[in-house]
Amino acid sequence: MVVGFLFSSCGENEIVLPNTYEPTPLPLKIPPLFAEKILDPVIPFNNPQTVEGVALGRKLFYDPILSGDGSQSCSDCHAPENAFTDADRFSVGIDGDIGNRNSMPIFNQAWNYDENFFWDGRSFGLEGQALEPVKNPIEMHNTWVNAMASLQSHTDYPDLFFQAFGTSTIDSSLVTKAIAQFERTLISGNSRFDKHLLGTLTLTPQELNGFDIFMDETKGDCFHCHGNANNPLWTDNIFHNNGLDAVITDIGLGAVTGNPADNGKFKSPSIRNLQFTAPYMHDGRFATIDEVINHYSEGLQNSPTIDPLMKAIATGGVQLTNDEKEALKAFLLSLSDSEFINNPNFQNPN
Amino acid sequence: MKNLKLFLITITIITMNSCDNDDPVATTGSIRFDFTHNWDGDNVTTDDFNIIQFTNANGDPMSVSKLRYLISNIFLHKADGSSIAIDGYLLVDLSTQSTFAFVSNIPFDTYTSISFTFGFNEADNTDGFYSDLNAASWNWPEMLGGGYHFMQLEGKYLDTTVEKPYAYHMGTARVSPGVFEANHFEISIDGFTHANDAVIEIKMNIAEWFKNPYTWDLEVYNTTLMPNYDAQILMNQNGDSVFSLGEVN
Ligand code: HEC
Ligand code: HEC
Repeated sequence: MVVGFLFSSCGENEIVLPNTYEPTPLPLKIPPLFAEKILDPVIPFNNPQTVEGVALGRKLFYDPILSGDGSQSCSDCHAPENAFTDADRFSVGIDGDIGNRNSMPIFNQAWNYDENFFWDGRSFGLEGQALEPVKNPIEMHNTWVNAMASLQSHTDYPDLFFQAFGTSTIDSSLVTKAIAQFERTLISGNSRFDKHLLGTLTLTPQELNGFDIFMDETKGDCFHCHGNANNPLWTDNIFHNNGLDAVITDIGLGAVTGNPADNGKFKSPSIRNLQFTAPYMHDGRFATIDEVINHYSEGLQNSPTIDPLMKAIATGGVQLTNDEKEALKAFLLSLSDSEFINNPNFQNPN
Repeated sequence: MKNLKLFLITITIITMNSCDNDDPVATTGSIRFDFTHNWDGDNVTTDDFNIIQFTNANGDPMSVSKLRYLISNIFLHKADGSSIAIDGYLLVDLSTQSTFAFVSNIPFDTYTSISFTFGFNEADNTDGFYSDLNAASWNWPEMLGGGYHFMQLEGKYLDTTVEKPYAYHMGTARVSPGVFEANHFEISIDGFTHANDAVIEIKMNIAEWFKNPYTWDLEVYNTTLMPNYDAQILMNQNGDSVFSLGEVN
């Protein structure tokens, strides 16, 4: 927006673009609570959302053509029925290699205002992120040169790139732009809790009690990192050490910044769609929501970089009763959005 | 009410769009309010975060790992009792380098004092109203009166050899369930003479939050301070002396 205004000064040296092919704009479908409560989504000025771009990105996301041996697509580790993460603790790459991080759900990514992606924030921007899995040896293990060649010699892709970007010469930047456009359409904002906030549904007393526990500094105290009724993202997208380990092996953000004070910090995940996204945490160590709640209630491990908000560290956690745990779980589950995972626009088009 | 950071953008655009070359004698100029932070005079930036290297008035070694706070409604006061109101708010956050507000068209004059609100006053502290503050999860729970945090100051302190956390979070005070008390306060610091585009430093001495008039004992008040009425009122009282005018350039 700012850039656009700055260029308009005096109207003398306007850049006149040749009359080229223009794809059809496709504005994001922004849920009412997002529009009302938080800042606009981040859409890079050089990658506007278009009908053709999103359709191409969706096709690429589901197409194993991007992988080294043509056997793996993004969707293998980011499946719609799992809110675009992987039900396995560690995903298996094309060579059978297993990583040490749990896959991450993909939704509401356009509202990650800092644009730091991955558990440790090592990629900037969704376009930048999409470069990684294709060439990662333990994931799709391809080279971009090779991936480009496969797409260029395909019967459909050159045409689809022309429709999306006005050129049939395919390069990695256009591939990642298309994928990012598709990813930005993956918006989840219609859970039971959203409907409760919109006044179209009444939650159970247990769910409401669970929300109070989530918001109560003397009980769960989860809201400082995982959003609140005025932040429909249900994450701060900031990096914290939430007390998983006394001895930290995967240093997370610390490896990216080189600052030991960041060791053991990972990005707070959104707590939307937990019903579909097990297992939990950066290494998928918890198979159930109960295990996650037990962790915060009595399983905290102290380490030098633990977040001060893990305040009950001296007693191992916030010490919830069984009833409180059940209520908290009921609230967390009320943020699951089955309309999102079943949205026909998000399924495999191939 | 607008975010003063966004205001900066508006000003830039107007400047860039002006095409005439007339140069009338300026009667107003811009001011950048720079918020800087120190511990009893030693400069504090994020480089100093997470290290137990400060000692509070109670004698406890401590660190800072987060410092964010909200200020609003800056006023520039003149000797004749009139004042210039700078409507807006600023969430100062050391970790994102959001530490200044830029305003333009401030009349050249002598201002005898600068005042501002720490936090939001009751009229401005509307629950969920500010989309940038919601996006920053800056909200204050409804069960504690709603609206927004005024400050989040966090870190660790040493209780002899054991490191313990503190979270000095300030906002509306809850007297009892359902009964709330506004907890913002007004700051007044020295004035300055405005004759050119200026940068005005406003200094926060973090140590004052733990010192004056109440010698803060972190063993008594460390975490879960949001619903703690007494802690909220002590923060308010100690906040009175934390700001002062720094350099004017
Ligand atoms: C072999 C499994 C695998 C494949 C294939 C894969 N991913 Fe991932 N993805 C992961 C894992 C594991 C992470 C987390 C890794 C980390 O943080 O170190 C991740 C993280 C991400 C994130 C970060 C989300 C966030 O919130 O920060 C995005 C976006 C993403 N992948 C998109 C893609 C796209 C696009 C493709 C295809 C080009 C793809 N992934 C292919 C496993 C995979
Ligand atoms: C200090 C910030 C902070 C607080 C407070 C906090 N969390 Fe977390 N939470 C995180 C971080 C960071 C992670 C990811 C940690 C990792 O994987 O290493 C996480 C992970 C989770 C996950 C796993 C999600 C997934 O997709 O893997 C759930 C569920 C969760 N938290 C729920 C809660 C609940 C419930 C509370 C309150 C009892 C809470 N959190 C309090 C920061 C926090």
